[in-house]
Amino acid sequence: MVNLLLIILLPLLGFFVNALVGKKLPKSVSGGFASLMIFIPFVISTSYFVGFVNGSQQKLDIDIYNWIAFGDFKITFGLLLDQLSATWLMVVTGIGFLIHLYSISYMHDDEKFHNFFSYLNLFIFFMLLLVLGNNFLITFIGWEGVGLCSYLLIGFWFKNQDYNNAAKKAFVMNRVGDLGFLLGIFFILYYLKTLNFTQLQAVNLELLPHGLIVAITMLLFVGAIGKSAQIPLYTWLPDAMAGPTPVSALIHAATMVTAGIYMLVRANFLFIHAPETMMIVAAIGAATAIFAATVGVLQNDIKKVLAYSTVSQLGLMFLALGVGAFTSGVFHVVTHAFFKACLFLGSGSVIHALHGEQDIRNMGGLKKWMPITFWTFLISSLAISGIFPFSGFFSKDEILASAFEHNKVLWVVASLASLLTAFYMFRLVFLTFTGNFRGIEEQKHHLHESPALITIPLIILAVLAAVGGAMGLPEFLGFHHWLKGFLSPVLATNPHAEAHGLSHSTELMLMGGAFAGAVASIAYAYIKYVKGGALPANDGEESGVGKLVYNKYYIDEIYNALFVKPSLLLSDFGHSVIDNKVVDGIVNFTGKASLIIGSQVRKIQSGYIGFYLLAMVLSMVAIFVYSFMITG
Amino acid sequence: MLLNIFNTIPIQYYIMVSAVLFSIGVMGVLFRRNAIIIFMSIELMLNAVNLLLVAFSSYHNDASGQVFVFFVMAVAAAEVAVGLAILVTIFRNVHSVDIDELKNLKW
Repeated sequence: MVNLLLIILLPLLGFFVNALVGKKLPKSVSGGFASLMIFIPFVISTSYFVGFVNGSQQKLDIDIYNWIAFGDFKITFGLLLDQLSATWLMVVTGIGFLIHLYSISYMHDDEKFHNFFSYLNLFIFFMLLLVLGNNFLITFIGWEGVGLCSYLLIGFWFKNQDYNNAAKKAFVMNRVGDLGFLLGIFFILYYLKTLNFTQLQAVNLELLPHGLIVAITMLLFVGAIGKSAQIPLYTWLPDAMAGPTPVSALIHAATMVTAGIYMLVRANFLFIHAPETMMIVAAIGAATAIFAATVGVLQNDIKKVLAYSTVSQLGLMFLALGVGAFTSGVFHVVTHAFFKACLFLGSGSVIHALHGEQDIRNMGGLKKWMPITFWTFLISSLAISGIFPFSGFFSKDEILASAFEHNKVLWVVASLASLLTAFYMFRLVFLTFTGNFRGIEEQKHHLHESPALITIPLIILAVLAAVGGAMGLPEFLGFHHWLKGFLSPVLATNPHAEAHGLSHSTELMLMGGAFAGAVASIAYAYIKYVKGGALPANDGEESGVGKLVYNKYYIDEIYNALFVKPSLLLSDFGHSVIDNKVVDGIVNFTGKASLIIGSQVRKIQSGYIGFYLLAMVLSMVAIFVYSFMITG
Repeated sequence: MLLNIFNTIPIQYYIMVSAVLFSIGVMGVLFRRNAIIIFMSIELMLNAVNLLLVAFSSYHNDASGQVFVFFVMAVAAAEVAVGLAILVTIFRNVHSVDIDELKNLKW
């Protein structure tokens, strides 16, 4: 139990140390300490994880203390460690540690170096709290906490107003989702009387009205939509790329945005009783996957492409959850964490080498100067595109197969999305790393491979991205799907599950089809951008559909017109009319009225004592007369 | 013997004398300009009230009214001491005890 507490408390300690005295420490100590505060939890997590794998570790459900208690109702501050949270622990601490290492080098010249590490540690703390909480409320604390850290880190370079706006946008859009999550928690508390995951699992949901479960799951899903950037609340994620690149890798690709998926899997016992919600989850997931993938095709900012790719991959994960393939969703979360973190860190390496250049139209040919970055980026791109035998191939294929089994339309949409993924990822690879350098001479002169602290995390992540698929080798080929067995204690059995599975030949065909499609997409990208030497059009030169896609379907503009403008107008009205006129008017009137009355009444105080005496006598006479009239 | 004379006078006469004295006091307060005279008029009012208290005390055969009068006289003596001291100070500063001159006590 102490170990479990250490896992969450060490990052908190790191936060306090760096926040309070970090400024006085040398950068290497500040960054090194922060990394150590993640590395120790990683070691502990690994020991737990290994314990789960070989069966020696039992599920831990510890109530540390009673947090809110009255009558027979109580909410405890408790931690839950099972296979699911152990999996997430590994991802959060493992990738978190690598990204801490990377940041030591990446952020080295930043004046707020220690602030960055304190925020990162705080983020890890909240993320671990989210993952380890044994009831919805603890999870919610972590949920809000990571949102806060996300805000702080997106706006880390707050001297740039655009970055500030991006941070605010992320925060506000997350609030919308959080409201849904919170309402869902209230519903659960009111109707099911407990928030504890273990106790909730024991509740017989068949006794509850079906509509209620649908409502609860829908509200929880709204929370997930906000946090995991699904339609319609996804627009904050691409803007969140304003943060430093390690932040994009850690928070906006590998960990925080998968919190929505974690929560859905955690609450799977609720969701399987609400097929309607599951259908909506799958539909929104598929829609987001294809939508974001199309936008990704025409973006020119290296991080924006990756951002839309993240949104799209998150959509695929929700699709998996929606069709009841919880294991596949988790599988894709893990593999995605590997290759997407690697891709973001790789892009960070490129941006670092080019001194802040992010536009792929000004890159090209970097393979020559940055071989390690290139190869790791390539491996991760192969993984995300679903090329055998890299990790993404297995996880994505599982999702596609589950979708095919469930609903052919979803399968078609998801397949198209993954074809597009392969295309835009290799468009990115080719434009960045092959051909001739298109930047200015000055940049070319300074081109260099990044230092070891940057390349080592890249290499580790690339290796994981390459072999991570081993966690879930397909069963129909005679392999043992390890992750499925591993997670099975966490997942409730679905009463609505359709019994039929896919035949081996169908699965094999799907697999081959997806693989061939990905290869074809890559080949098309190769022909277009390497052989053809095509370059993306300059800003404002697109036309027709291209222009529409390049401008992200004008969704931001539409949201601006629909929500931002009206609320600005409302605020303006509140400011200029309600506050300035009504509220200030009442306050000023009170003051002015007493001034006016006072200026008249003060004339009575003339200073003539004779007048005072007369007034006194007359008043007394008046009082006597009055009281005699009344009392008779 | 003298007490008998007082007892033979009906209570209404005491009330009338007292009312007249009180009214003279009020008039003095209202119409005189000299602060010392105003002061004396106030004493007159106090004594009018004292007279009334004693008369009723005797009329009702109840000594508490006379006890009251002792208190009133004690307080009046103290008040006179303070009031005259203030008047002396005012006179030293302003060289006047005319209340029309003393009108600086305003906003």
